[in-house]
Amino acid sequence: MRKLLNTLYVTQPDTYLALDGDNVLLLKGDEKLGRLPLHNLEAIISFGYTGASPALMGYCADRNIAITFLTQSGRFLARVIGESRGNVVLRKTQYRISDNEEEATKIARNFITGKVYNHKWVLERMTRDYPLRIDVEQFKIVSGQLSDILREVRNSVSMESLRGWEGQAAVYYNRVFDQMILQQKEDFFFHGRSRRPPKDNVNAMLSFAYTLLAKDTAAALETVGLDAYVGFMHQDRPGRASLALDLMEELRGIYADRFVLSLINRKEVTASDFVTKENGAVLMTDEARKTFLKAWQTKKQESITHPYLGEKISWGLVPYVQSLLLARFLRGDLDEYPPFLWK
Amino acid sequence: MVVNDEDRYLMLSGLQHFQFCKRQWALIHIEQQWEENVRTIEGQHLHHKADQPFLKEKRRDKLIVRAMPIQSKELQLSGTCDVVEFIQDPDGVGLAGVEGTYKVYPVEYKRGKPKKGDEDVIQLAAQAMCLEEMMLCRVDTGYIFYNEIKHRIEVPISDMLRDQVKQMAAEMHHYYDKRHTPKVKTGPFCKNCSLQHICVPNLMHKRSVQSYIEGRLGE
Ligand code: SF4
Repeated sequence: MRKLLNTLYVTQPDTYLALDGDNVLLLKGDEKLGRLPLHNLEAIISFGYTGASPALMGYCADRNIAITFLTQSGRFLARVIGESRGNVVLRKTQYRISDNEEEATKIARNFITGKVYNHKWVLERMTRDYPLRIDVEQFKIVSGQLSDILREVRNSVSMESLRGWEGQAAVYYNRVFDQMILQQKEDFFFHGRSRRPPKDNVNAMLSFAYTLLAKDTAAALETVGLDAYVGFMHQDRPGRASLALDLMEELRGIYADRFVLSLINRKEVTASDFVTKENGAVLMTDEARKTFLKAWQTKKQESITHPYLGEKISWGLVPYVQSLLLARFLRGDLDEYPPFLWK
Repeated sequence: MVVNDEDRYLMLSGLQHFQFCKRQWALIHIEQQWEENVRTIEGQHLHHKADQPFLKEKRRDKLIVRAMPIQSKELQLSGTCDVVEFIQDPDGVGLAGVEGTYKVYPVEYKRGKPKKGDEDVIQLAAQAMCLEEMMLCRVDTGYIFYNEIKHRIEVPISDMLRDQVKQMAAEMHHYYDKRHTPKVKTGPFCKNCSLQHICVPNLMHKRSVQSYIEGRLGE
């Protein structure tokens, strides 16, 4: 399998990125903040209103290094793509299926199968690891409800019913989410998902983790030649990487949620890492963001056995491998899209 | 409808990929997937010298032309000859703007050493056929220069080889028209393939996804 390369996260505001030979140069005014060889990178994610030189953008576009610009709080601004070198044949297949509800539903069904299955196993894992800290009986009930939903998902033939079952699964799962927070209960709690803006510490972290996962997934899709902006389940909307959102459904629980929970439970973040704005929006401090990104990079290096390929890969490659498998399915090499079914 | 024939032409250099593995050829030439790796970079490096368009060199009875664009209507292929040598010969053909008659010899430059398979020879034969068509002459012999042994070997352009080229070109066009990337038998040669991360050869032996999902859900 391919090697996992690094992602460069530029978090210091007003940093300018320039090309220097085969390196990216980080500049703040005239001051050089650092210099990194580009051949070790597969993506650059820049937070805050920073800029990059056209030379650097061209270099990266040629070599499939994704550059994404986000606001300081993680909202998408722009990304750089080169002359389309993607695979026209593959993309046409993707567009055709995206316009065909029946075929799109078959793929969406596997995305949602992966999502519900993985949520179920997040809960099962908790009952095994912390039987004395959580209400095991309630977890088992919810796990059973998710199993029932899985059966319905497998039998769904319309996008509408899939969405319905997905929503129902989320209701069950969210009901016990708060119990998975085992430490610092007074500062970290989950009473439901709030997104725009996140209204508590946990939601602020979840939003950030989903943003990172979406960027990683979008970059992976583009790498294998797919169009991250044309989805099967999420509808096209300007600026929305719909296919990335589709594909990351199955990874939200096992990748992002578990990551956020572990930061809280290992006390790697504390209440002082958050600020509340006048409107009730909760933001992570710059310091917290750095901690978060560092831990995210470390998580990416951890290895796991891919359930379908049976090969050892790093967590960071999971979005890439799933993109590859999706491409293989679209090309007709596989009978179905194999979701990442974790245990 | 006006059909521009040349739009249908495929890259002659694809023959070597096709001979190595049909799937590799399709991934590169139909799907335009290309992984930069040591092999391709080395290849570019080596080609640099041979890659100066229309540079002519004259050495007594010999005229050397580098990077000559070539094509064949019959094969519907086009490409570039690394080097074409014209050697003065009374049985040869005349060249525009040059005195005398010449015999035509394509020379292909390769990284590495002579391979077990035919891929290099096939490509050379196709170049010879293009040259024949474009210059209305007969090309009986070509050369392949191998960088690792710093030595060129002589290749007779046999009828059998020509038939093989014709057949392969036809097959390539057939896949291309259907935009079809074939599944193939994988093998130890996959280890030397620059596209294995895109192709994922071991996927071709995997059990069905349906049984994978059912298996997991049933546990
Ligand atoms: S990995 Fe093997 S099967 Fe796949 S393209 Fe390369 S040589 Fe062909």
